[in-house]
Parts: sequence; structure tokens; C-alpha cells
Amino acid sequence: MTTTNEYQASTATGRIANFVDSRVGASGMVKEFGRKIFPDHWSFMFGEVAMYTFVLLLLSGTFLTFFFDPSMAHVVYDGSYVPMKGIGMSTAMASTMDISFDVRGGLFMRQVHHWSALLFVASLSVHMLRVFFTGAFRRPRELNWVVGGVLLIMGLAAGFTGYSLPDDLLSGNGLRIIDGVMKALPIVGTYLSMFFFGGEFPGDTVIPRLYSLHIMIVPAVIILLIVVHLFMVVTHKHTQYPGPGRTNDNVVGFPVGPVYAAKAGGFFFIVFGIVAFIAGLFQINPVWNYGPYDPSPVSAGTQPDWYIGFVDGALRLMPGYLGNFSFEWIIPFPWGDNTLVMSVLLPALVPAGALFAVMFAWPWIERWITKDNREHHLLDRPRNAPFRTAVGAAGVVFYCVMWAAASSDLIATHFHVSLNDVTYWLRTLFFLGPIFAFWLTRRICLSLQRKDREIVLHGREAGIIQMSPEGGFSEKHEEVDVYKRYLLTNYVDRQYIPAQPDAAGHVSGSEKRRAAISKFFFEDRVAPVTPSELEAAHAAHGHHEVEGDTQDSIAK
Amino acid sequence: MGDHSHGSPENSGTVAKADDVAQDRFPDPGLPPHRPRLADRDPRAAKRHERQVALLFTISIIGTLFFFVAYFVLGHLGEMTFAELRVQNAALGLGTAFAMLGIGVGIVHWAKTLMPDHELMEMRHEIRSEEDRQDAVEIIDTVLEESGIKRRPLIRNTLIGAIALAPIPAIFMFRDLDRTGNTANEMIDSLRHTMWDKGIRLTRDPSGTPIKASDVQIGSAFHVIPEGLNETEHPLNEKAKAVVLLMRMDPAEMQISEGRETWNVDGIVAYSKICTHVGCPIALYEQHTHHLLCPCHQSTFDLTQECKVIFGPAGHALPQLPITVDSEGYLVAQSDFHEPVGPSYWERG
Repeated sequence: MTTTNEYQASTATGRIANFVDSRVGASGMVKEFGRKIFPDHWSFMFGEVAMYTFVLLLLSGTFLTFFFDPSMAHVVYDGSYVPMKGIGMSTAMASTMDISFDVRGGLFMRQVHHWSALLFVASLSVHMLRVFFTGAFRRPRELNWVVGGVLLIMGLAAGFTGYSLPDDLLSGNGLRIIDGVMKALPIVGTYLSMFFFGGEFPGDTVIPRLYSLHIMIVPAVIILLIVVHLFMVVTHKHTQYPGPGRTNDNVVGFPVGPVYAAKAGGFFFIVFGIVAFIAGLFQINPVWNYGPYDPSPVSAGTQPDWYIGFVDGALRLMPGYLGNFSFEWIIPFPWGDNTLVMSVLLPALVPAGALFAVMFAWPWIERWITKDNREHHLLDRPRNAPFRTAVGAAGVVFYCVMWAAASSDLIATHFHVSLNDVTYWLRTLFFLGPIFAFWLTRRICLSLQRKDREIVLHGREAGIIQMSPEGGFSEKHEEVDVYKRYLLTNYVDRQYIPAQPDAAGHVSGSEKRRAAISKFFFEDRVAPVTPSELEAAHAAHGHHEVEGDTQDSIAK
Repeated sequence: MGDHSHGSPENSGTVAKADDVAQDRFPDPGLPPHRPRLADRDPRAAKRHERQVALLFTISIIGTLFFFVAYFVLGHLGEMTFAELRVQNAALGLGTAFAMLGIGVGIVHWAKTLMPDHELMEMRHEIRSEEDRQDAVEIIDTVLEESGIKRRPLIRNTLIGAIALAPIPAIFMFRDLDRTGNTANEMIDSLRHTMWDKGIRLTRDPSGTPIKASDVQIGSAFHVIPEGLNETEHPLNEKAKAVVLLMRMDPAEMQISEGRETWNVDGIVAYSKICTHVGCPIALYEQHTHHLLCPCHQSTFDLTQECKVIFGPAGHALPQLPITVDSEGYLVAQSDFHEPVGPSYWERG
């Protein structure tokens, strides 16, 4: 499609740009994205942190693969770290020692990799909490919420497969726990364990297998999901917080070029810098202190990486016996007895399974209860969705109780309390904590909403104390400006929707259940101030002043 | 939820009824007026910000140079003490941190102070227009029609059958993940046995020196492996099942069940060290209470009650290894364990 008067660039840069542009159509992309608007808010940066730490993981991880050897063949350590010389260990452990002591900057890269991994899962989690508490998962973003949830699971998978690679004592005991959990699975468990470890635990194949997963399929899936995730972000455009001038139909923010690109690009270097700072100064996973894996020793106070803690904590909370009742159920079958290891299966699968199931299903649960199938591009302030904020807080407490339980021994030794008591308390909190958190959070949200009403109706506290002629003191209230008032009054006012009959006039059972939940969620609600209410409040205020004057005149 | 009123509904007016749908809303006042920053009005302030950004970039350059110093001057190969390594690591980290933070903070500072801070507005597009939907439906109908898949159910059904079957070999291919070549029964059987057998001496872990009954005092505990463990083909696999804790207590304190009367030697008892919960080694022995504690998940076993579970998540007692003394006075096993050691599994029974 050459035309006779094709554009000719005058500078060298221009000629290169034109060469590329005329072959790939870059002008179209620049036109589309060059000034695309992104809303600005600090809470939108958690997702960025996750992406940037993932980039750091790829960079530092690639460096590590140049030196790491995942073989489980037995060697005698002969590297630079004197206290370990002459000790037998696997090649994987020995090469981890070599990376730490015989590759300059190797230890730094290991620490960058490990800290980035911890931060990656942490920022993913916080990003998901932000999305949940602001209602960003609502239509049209339900599928992106699911993609994000799968990303979190893949993040855990990446962490788990990487954690075990050095084949040190600590991670080896982690694998042993995995082996125990696998064996508890009914029917397939024993075979699954044998297949995973290539025979009996620990065998000599599991580390290379985890390595293949860790450096190939898991990161590949994560990259794919990140691409899908970002593609959908572009399709949907970013959500924005409510406020004056921000509607469901527009996006208010900064253009990609130059402001947003500069801020987001600069932020990558800030994340990198902070990770480098931590990796330089704070030791993590000192395998030379743990020693090589040996099935006999274990150090007291062992802790998994933080993101596995909640499952480990659940394992600790579960009682093996209630009185004389064992949770290892022997089930008689015609061919003999089989064992259903509920003491492991229940805590390992049920809490985590329930958390993820509710998390994935929540956009649909909320849509079902609220009958709200509209598109939402304006976020909720968490207080303006008390039911959702309360459910989220209950989930966070549920998670955190299990997480704390993973450190029950350290809590006991640190605070000089009985380990058994710590466990009993945490078991109680496991059941009561989420309920209390739900109740408290909802009360707080409703109170904050009423505070917002108060501010709109009676103004904000001006900080100016007035003395009346009688010597009474009162604080002057100033009316908020229209922008603030709009922010405080413009939110989705969800209401209890009673059970609706279907076309045949019949109220189905599921509709009754929906109505019951709707009532539970929404019969307590605080409605936004309306202009007529404000007018009435102003009138009442004026009336009060008149009344006061009359009283004064009587007193005189 | 007993209390459904926030204060008194009569005077607070905060409890809206489900039927009074608030239609009157405050109008959107539009974006608040833009407030110019200092640098927008004062060229001297802008110049100052410019210098600050340049300074931050300079700090980055210094950080990179510092990294090289750390790498070549502090870093060296060969034996080094842990303290030297730590200094080198901290220096590399600080160099990188300043190199990166200088760039990052500099760019962000530049964007916030010198680039325009006017917020712009852009309209959202419909994600899917009705027109597109109809076009897409038409295309898909055409594609289906041209492929003939609806008109030719024979093709469709055999294709479904083929696609359903084709991935199944991929599952079976993983059969050889188990490298032992054992049959299913052999796999299950391998969990039932350890290398303990009649006459095998109890030796110290890890030195492998045998233990005389007279060496074991009341209150003491030994970590034990079977003699010859390190000469086996897969020492770690054998060790993962065979490690044992050996302790001695006053026989008067022991509750011995029927059939186990001869399993101890004057109060010297041997129990599997592998936790019956998920398999951690039970490393902690409290000699005053005679409790064994697993440091992973805090399962607690009472030695006086044949290692019955008294706290924590474990679901059954630790297996006991029957022991006796040989002619030279060394402790030896009477036989293998009488039940599988370690965590429970489906076939354990």
C-alpha cells in the first residue's frame, strides 16, 4: 500500500521510528495508549508492587539458575564456608551453599529472590483485599477477580515449589509435612506420595521435579495470567474512587504519557530499591545454619514462609482426639479396614478450601443477594458497603487466627504462657473471631456512615470555640463545601429486597433464602442525606436559634 | 442482630425504610477547581525541584559506583568469614538500593512537581455493543453452518469421543513417576516395614556407635538409628522410617499394656521418632513430665502411657519398638515395629 507521497522522516531517530511504525502500525498504539487516562490512588499501587516483584523474581531467579544444580546426588561439601566442610549433603544444598559463599553477590541475589517472593504473595493478597473491600470485582470485572484469585494460588505454588529447592533441614521438614498431608488423602494418597517422591520419602527425585515446576510451568502460567489480567484491565478501563466529577461513565486521572508512565515506571525502581535494601540488610533463609536435610533432627520454633502459615496453623489447631474420640476414623470394608485421617484432612483442606471457594464465588453471591447486575466503575468506600466490609473482615480474622496458630509455640515461649492455653484460645477464636469481627466491623461502618450524615447535616467541626453571652461554650460548625458534600452523599444505597414471586406467582425456596440474607445484610442501613433533609436540617437549626433567643429574652 | 435501630428512628432520621426510595440526590458539582502548585507559579520553585531531581539521579550514579566498590574491593573468592560475607552483602544491597531508589524517587518527584497535574477526563466505552453481538452471532452461525457440524452428528459424536479419550494416555504416562518399579501392593507394603529386625543393634544417631543397656540412665534420652543404616542403598529413606527415641524411666511409673510386658529392658523403652500426625521428627523430650513434644505441630505424647496422644493433632500413639539386650549387653531390637510408623494413610487400617 505504498503511495507516491509517503512520509519521509528528516532526523535519524525519525527514520528509525518511521521504519518501525510503517511495518507494525505503532502510531495506532501510541494513539490508543499514549494519553490513556489512569485514575490515581495510593491503593491502586498494590497490584503494581505484585507485578514489579514478579519482574524481580524473574531477573534474580534467572541469575540463580545459572549456578543452582537441583540434583539430589550425595556430595561432601568442600566450599568456602568452613563450619560445613566435610559434611555430606545433596548437590542441591551444596550448590545453594556455593551460590551463597562462592559466587560474588550470589547471597544477595538469593535474598532478593526470597524477599521478592514473600513480597509478591503479600502484595497480591493486599491487592485482592483492596479489590474486595472497594467492590472493584463487580460487573464487568468478575472474571478478572477470578483470574486474580488463580494468580494468588499460582503465587503460592511458586513459593511452595521454590521453598524446598535448597534441600536444607527446614525445607525438608516442610516436604515431610506435605508427604504426611498427601498420605492422608483417601484412596489415592499413598500412591500420590509415592509418585511425587519417586518412591518412599524423601527419595532422590523430588527436588529436580519441583525445580522443573518452579522454573517452567508455574512462572509460565503466572505470566500468561498476568497478560490476561492486564488485557482485561485495559478492556474495562480502571475503576475509580467516587467523588465530584467522577461518574460511572467517565475516567478521571492522569494520562499515561508523561505523568502516569513516569510515576508507574519510577515506582518499579522504588520497589527494586526497597527490595535491594531489605535483601542487603536482613538475612533470610540462612541454610548454612540449618544444615542439610536429615529425617531425624528438627529445630524447635520452625516456621513456614508466611503465606503457607495459615494452612500450617490450621493443622496445629485441629485436635487429634476429643476425649477418647479419635479423628482417625477406621472404616470397616468387606476387604479390610481403611483409615480416614480426618485429623489431617479437615484442617488441611476445609478452611483453605472454604476461604477460596467463598472468595471466588463472592461476586456472584453478592449479585444474587443484592439483585444488582449493573456495571460498576465507581468504587465503594468500604464504609458504604457495611455488609461486604464485615464479611471481608470476618474472612481476614479467620485467616489471621490460623496464621497466628502457625506461631503458637513462639507465642507461648515469647509471652511465657502455656502452649496448650494458646492453642485453646486460638481454637475458640477460630470459631468466634470471625463472628465478632463481622459484628464489630458492621457497627463501625454504620457509625462512620452516620458520622458522614452528621457532617453533611450539621457541618464539620471548625475548631473554633464560641462563648455565648451566658458563658456557655460551644464549637462552631461550618457547612461542608459542595464537593465534600457530594462525596459524602453519593453512594449506592443498598436496601433490603423482600422475596419476589416468580412469573408464576410462586416464591421459591432459594428466593426466600436470598431474602433472608438480604434482610440480615440490609435491614440496618444508613441512607445518604438528601437535599430535602438538608433543607429541613437548616430550617430546624434556624428555628433552634430563634428559640434560644426567646429563652434569653425570658431570662432577662 | 437484636438492635435494628441506630438511636431512635424518630429523631435521628438515619434509618430509612425499604420503601422510601430516595430519589432526590445532590447534583454532581463536577471536578473541584485545580489548585496550582508552587512550581506552577514560582519559576524559582520549579528550578529548585529540577535540582532536587538531578540530585536524586546523581545519588543513583553514586549508588551504582558504590556497588562496584563492594563487588571488587569487599568481594573476593575463597574462604571468608561469615562477618566478611555479611558486610559484602550489605554493601551490595545498599549500592543497589541507592542506585534504584535514586532513579525511582527522582522520576516520581519529577512527575509530581514538574509534570502537569491537571486531571483529565475520558469517557468509558460500552464493553460490547448490541450491533457487535449480532454481527458475531451471524459469523458464528455461518461458521457452524459451513463446517456442517450440526448437520452431521456422526462426525460430531465421533469427534467428541476421540477428544475425550485422547488425553487419557497423558495421565497414564505418569505411572513411572514412581521410580522403584513397585506394584501397588508393594508400595503399600513398603510403608509397613522398616529396617529394624530381630537382633539389629540400636546405635547412636549420627555416629552409629552401639548402646549398652548400662549406658542408659533414668531420665536420659538417645536418638537412635539401626546398625548398618549408612551402608544401605537409600540411607535417608530408611532413616525416615527407622529413627527411634530411646529413653529410660522408672518401671514403676510405666503403664504397660498386655502383650508388651517384655518390650522394655528395665524401663528402657524405644519409640518411633516419626510423628503420627504428618511425620515430623519428635525432637523434644521433657524428662520431668515424661512428655514427648513434636516441634512442628505440638502433638504431645505421654511416655508413661505408651506414648498415647495427650494433646495436639496426632491421631494415634507412637509405635513402640520391642527391644532386649544381646549377649554382650548391647541393646537390640526384638523385631520390626508391629504397626506402620509415621503418619496415617488410607491403607493403614
